[in-house]
Amino acid sequence: MFCHLDAQKVAKNPLDRRFFLKCALASGAALGIGSAAAPASGMPSGAASGSEDDSHYVVEARFYQKLANRKIKCKLCPRECTVGDKERGYCGVRENRGGAYYTLVHSRAAAAHVDPIEKKPLFHYLPSTTAFSLGTAGCNVNCKFCQNWDISQSRPEQVPAQYAPPQRVAELATEYHCPTIAYTYSEPVIFAEYLMDAADAGHAAGIRSIVVSNGYIQDEPLKAAYGKMDAVKIDLKSFSESYYHNVVSGQLKPVLETLVTLRKMGKWTEIVYLVLPTLNDSDAEFHGLTKWIKTNLGTDVPLHFTQYHPEYLLKNLPITPVSTLERAKAIADAEGLHYVYIGNVPGHPAQNTYCPKCHKMLVERVGFTASKVLIRKSKCPFCQEPIPGVWHV
Amino acid sequence: MSTSHSDSRRDFLKASLTGATLLCAGGATEALAAAEPIAAGAKSRVVVARDPQLRGTGSTVDFGRMAALLDRAMLALSGRENPVDAWKKLVRPGETVGLKVNTLGGRGISTNVQLVAAICGRLQEAGIKAGDIVVWDRESDELERAGFHLAMGGDRVQCFGTDRIGYEQELAAYGSVGGLLSKILTQRCGVLINLPVLKDHDGAGVTIALKNMYGVINNPNKYHPDGCNPFVADLNMLPEIRARMRLTICDATTAMYEGGPGYKPEHSWNANALLVSTDPVALDHTGWQMIERKRAEKGLKTLEAEGRPPRYIATAADAGHRLGTNDPRKISVVEA
Repeated sequence: MFCHLDAQKVAKNPLDRRFFLKCALASGAALGIGSAAAPASGMPSGAASGSEDDSHYVVEARFYQKLANRKIKCKLCPRECTVGDKERGYCGVRENRGGAYYTLVHSRAAAAHVDPIEKKPLFHYLPSTTAFSLGTAGCNVNCKFCQNWDISQSRPEQVPAQYAPPQRVAELATEYHCPTIAYTYSEPVIFAEYLMDAADAGHAAGIRSIVVSNGYIQDEPLKAAYGKMDAVKIDLKSFSESYYHNVVSGQLKPVLETLVTLRKMGKWTEIVYLVLPTLNDSDAEFHGLTKWIKTNLGTDVPLHFTQYHPEYLLKNLPITPVSTLERAKAIADAEGLHYVYIGNVPGHPAQNTYCPKCHKMLVERVGFTASKVLIRKSKCPFCQEPIPGVWHV
Repeated sequence: MSTSHSDSRRDFLKASLTGATLLCAGGATEALAAAEPIAAGAKSRVVVARDPQLRGTGSTVDFGRMAALLDRAMLALSGRENPVDAWKKLVRPGETVGLKVNTLGGRGISTNVQLVAAICGRLQEAGIKAGDIVVWDRESDELERAGFHLAMGGDRVQCFGTDRIGYEQELAAYGSVGGLLSKILTQRCGVLINLPVLKDHDGAGVTIALKNMYGVINNPNKYHPDGCNPFVADLNMLPEIRARMRLTICDATTAMYEGGPGYKPEHSWNANALLVSTDPVALDHTGWQMIERKRAEKGLKTLEAEGRPPRYIATAADAGHRLGTNDPRKISVVEA
């Protein structure tokens, strides 16, 4: 859950331990124990300060092209917004000022938590560890089912935030014994500059970086920004361009290209497919999706079919039936994918990891906690089958 | 009442009377709302009031002439014989009135302070207390750049941006649009009077009455793809807006035909006009025609030819929205 901030008390001081601890206690989460709470809607009350000096969050953006008449073309994501002077791109967090483009959210943490890594979810990457997770306001799509719409669909000045420069992020991750920093909650593509600088600071301190993303990013920033990541989780919203257009306000093709590029880069990648009843839950779509994954990414990419809980603009839909998730998993299993999970259904056996060869359980999960991890030296201890992933720090 | 006529005004009036808008003259095309039988008298009235001497001999709008222009427009719209009675037809003592201006473009193309002052004067004469009038837009600094003086509290006319009090926390949603509404709208306005400007828009085609409501939500940047369609129409369907909207007065003192929404003086002209209507769709349609006429005069292609016709206008008029009419047969453009 988000840390509730009194906007009037937001200080210009960097994110510090006292603030962070207060947030964790206020949210009811004890540090060191996995927080099962997903980021919830219901942002802190109170207006963002219109008179707050935001200059320390403003950094010239990378990945843009200057045009005539002080316009710019953003080259960060496939939208390629052409932005006039004093205007912002679709994401709402990048602004043209006199013909130069700026990110408004560098070091502007709207949410920061210590989360179990299984919550991202990353099931094959450093299980039972915690990730120092942060995100800013903004997003380059507008998923009608967004669980974090209150920050993703807001402008930065509307969302209370703390100044959390990269060095401080690395320090906090160290202090809280998190082997990873996770860029998440909203959409890290739109805070690429912050992500890159924080990843560098983290690596210098021996902290790895992981990203939870929609993958809607152009090739150059993908390689530059996600090239610094140690693991990536991509939300593949559907296998349909019309769904991407109508429900996501995005495009499918660039996301598929991102997945292929990540594979070529050798990045550990897991995929989440959030299943929305009646919208992206057909057999045809599941078959298309799993066939594509097998052909282009291989059978070892973990695929999570996740249960939808109504939110934002699609509260009229029901919660995804477990039987639908099981149908999706059955299709993926039949296609030959080795690691197919069911998410957001605590206690379901498909949250566990099983050896694809001898079928013995290798990782038992309860909620977001990996309660048993039997994998040794990246192999099944029973039949020695290699189990892909990064299993140890 | 000024009786000066310009050639362009005469042509416009003639075109309106014959129903031969620029659309039919080989210009931009537009999908009309589903054809319906035209009931006698069932027309949306759009008053276009002009004063070529609005700036006198200088470049600044003359308050007296602006006030007179406003009165002329309101009399023509209401059919009353007295300007105060025209406003009394619109508002009642005890109501809180929000004047949603447009200040995004800066002083060059923002709702005129003189117009707003004239409206505030008439509202008070109609029985609205000064402190119950709020002039507002999204950002306080944009209001100031446009020449407004901020004022919060006390018995005076209020003037401030949403940034001063924030947005509601509960999502307001209709169709494809979801956002948080300005607390100025929801908590400070029982009545909404829309005061847009007249300019083209590089995405939507034009930005006039309907699109001025983008300043009411916290995330307008999300609703610019696909020419802002159907987002503009869906946004105006929000009950919080519909229930409050009483009147649109479009400030076409300075208008823009190209390069919007930011101010481009080289593409602006002194239209010296007000467009007034209770039908925002009809007003937007009428304003669009004015922009197209100016574009033609300047040798520019139509917005349709440029790939950015304002499709949102037809959507706002369609059976799923019925926010007004874009059918020229159902619009009565009255020159005042």
